[in-house]
Amino acid sequence: MPVPRRALWTVSLLLLALAACKPSSQDAASQQPVIKIGSAAPLTGEIAHLGKDNENGVRMAIDEINAAGGIKLGDKTYRLEMVGEDDKADPREGTLAAQKLVDEGVIAVVGHLNSGTSIPASRIYAEANVVQVSPSTTRASYTLQGFKTTYRVVANDNQQGSVLADFAANSMKVKRVAIVDDRTPYGQGLADVFESVAKDKGLDVIGREFTTNKANDFNAILTKIRASKPDLVMFAGMDATSAPLARQMRELGLKVPLLSGDGSCDPGFIRIAGDAADALTCSIAGQALEKMSKGEDFSKRYQAKFGSPPQQYSPYSYDATFAIVDAIKRAGKPDRVAVVEAMHGTRFEGLTGHIEFDEHGDLKNGTISMYNVRDGKLNYLSTSN
Amino acid sequence: MDTLLQQLLNGLVLGSLYALIALGYTMVYGVLNLINFAHGDVLMVGALAALSAIGYLHGAWPGLPGWSLLILGILAAIPVCVALSLLIERIAYRPLRHAPRLAPLITAIGVSILIQTFAMLVWGRNYLTFPQLLPEAPMHIGGATLTVTKAVVIVLAALIMAGLLWLVNRTRLGRAMRATAENPRVASLMGVSPDSVIAVTFAIGAALAAVAGVMIESTYSVAHFYMGFIPGLKAFTAAVLGGIGNIAGAMVGGIVLGLIESLGAGYIGDLTGGVFGSNYQDVFAFIVLCGVLILRPSGLLGERVADRA
Repeated sequence: MPVPRRALWTVSLLLLALAACKPSSQDAASQQPVIKIGSAAPLTGEIAHLGKDNENGVRMAIDEINAAGGIKLGDKTYRLEMVGEDDKADPREGTLAAQKLVDEGVIAVVGHLNSGTSIPASRIYAEANVVQVSPSTTRASYTLQGFKTTYRVVANDNQQGSVLADFAANSMKVKRVAIVDDRTPYGQGLADVFESVAKDKGLDVIGREFTTNKANDFNAILTKIRASKPDLVMFAGMDATSAPLARQMRELGLKVPLLSGDGSCDPGFIRIAGDAADALTCSIAGQALEKMSKGEDFSKRYQAKFGSPPQQYSPYSYDATFAIVDAIKRAGKPDRVAVVEAMHGTRFEGLTGHIEFDEHGDLKNGTISMYNVRDGKLNYLSTSN
Repeated sequence: MDTLLQQLLNGLVLGSLYALIALGYTMVYGVLNLINFAHGDVLMVGALAALSAIGYLHGAWPGLPGWSLLILGILAAIPVCVALSLLIERIAYRPLRHAPRLAPLITAIGVSILIQTFAMLVWGRNYLTFPQLLPEAPMHIGGATLTVTKAVVIVLAALIMAGLLWLVNRTRLGRAMRATAENPRVASLMGVSPDSVIAVTFAIGAALAAVAGVMIESTYSVAHFYMGFIPGLKAFTAAVLGGIGNIAGAMVGGIVLGLIESLGAGYIGDLTGGVFGSNYQDVFAFIVLCGVLILRPSGLLGERVADRA
């Protein structure tokens, strides 16, 4: 044999790799011009389940628009294409993902999921005149950086933190509160607002503990908290962290309610926390899916398309995509600067409610909904403005 | 006092988990001088395989008691991990055995990413819930609580360490391992086949990973394709702390690390008057690691060649 086996292997592997790289979207039928919309979310790592949910929302919106014939601008009809990037919920990866999307030529981006990735990425989008609409970034400072390109379709944490503190003081009527946050921009921001409003409302903040968004053992901080005898534990972080925390609270005999924000207020929390989920009271930075007029329909179509129920933010990433498409239509041309100009005039009824932005790019009349968990389901309590 | 006792128990449980994983690192390092960074991911695959097996068994025979499901789960995970680990060794490490040391290290990291992605495709991105198989009611030990699962973790880690010490020091296989560790070429002149000794070492490491994976998921009740990464990193730290390659060292390193983290998170805020919070628990653990390595570069118990597996 003149050809060594190893070389054959190498060649066949290379061929395989080449085959995998061949663009599959360039079918003969789709010779239409294309507008690219980016989606940036963590597709790997601890909260990949939430990230994929966000991307699915974007994909669903785009597929619907394409199925209805795409976007007609002037005498051309454009097809939409989603460019998904994985930001791994990591600030550095977030800026890399942002740069890739900008280089890919996307006209606007839905994302990112975490405040910790959205904020560093926003400068890159702003410099490239790419509109960024986040479906889930709640840290207040996100839209206050002076960029014309940052928008969000959820309420912010100034609102969420105050509503949570108010709920703890007036509805749950607790006195002694221990606060834990995951030291991400989201967790820290939400916990800070909660702490200051809680103190104003006369609550006794007896401890502030910290963990990380990668931890899964909280026995040490919970033991410390247990010794200070709180009436309530407030946790600011994502479901991947809060659910094991809820379980460990129960194992340690810390039988007090757990209060948390939107990061933990989803079916994922209940699935992971199991029997311990009943301790949770939480808020989401918008309307609940079942309270939206077309929520049930969305839920069914999502389930049929992706084979799993929506998590939390996919309705918002779905609406964020429509907000971008709406701006492109009003701009009349697929041009980044024109879309930035048009974005501010957004005014439409989305799945999640009325979408209109204030001068910073925050959602006007954003709402916060409170929930608790009963019998393994999120149970709607109230909505505040 | 109750709080201190609870923190010590927390640390002991955490430390025993680290030790279980660290034993796997140390076995492989002892023979090959290779840091098998894919160890954490083999653990994850074992955990997820056990979860699937338990789900299937529970569906087929709903009457099986929890403890037997746990044992069957571990027994199902071991062959999966062993097969995976042997495959990794054959494909990724053996061709690089005589390459510069950095090459297999980088390969190990690549293998780790590959396994994670593979597991993500097979088991999905969602967190999976591991059922509570052992009685959930916590035992009370002088004001502190301990679940049965956690008690099992501590006992199991100690038993496995003792078993490994016996294997390495008292059996024929152990002698072959020590010979290969010292000098593979000379060992092969004496009739030891380094390839098969290394394969057996990988298999033992993988079996340990399977046990550790199942114990981690039953302690925390969750499993996820990413679950091996952080414990793997911590256990590697524990192995280095105790003296990598040294079996008793892995155990000591694991428990010391667990206790430091637990006591660090519990008391560092009070001790420093609030300057450092509980988020510094990892920093604290790594400061101790740096300190140990400066004073004793070969770890707490040292890298004793005669003892290393």
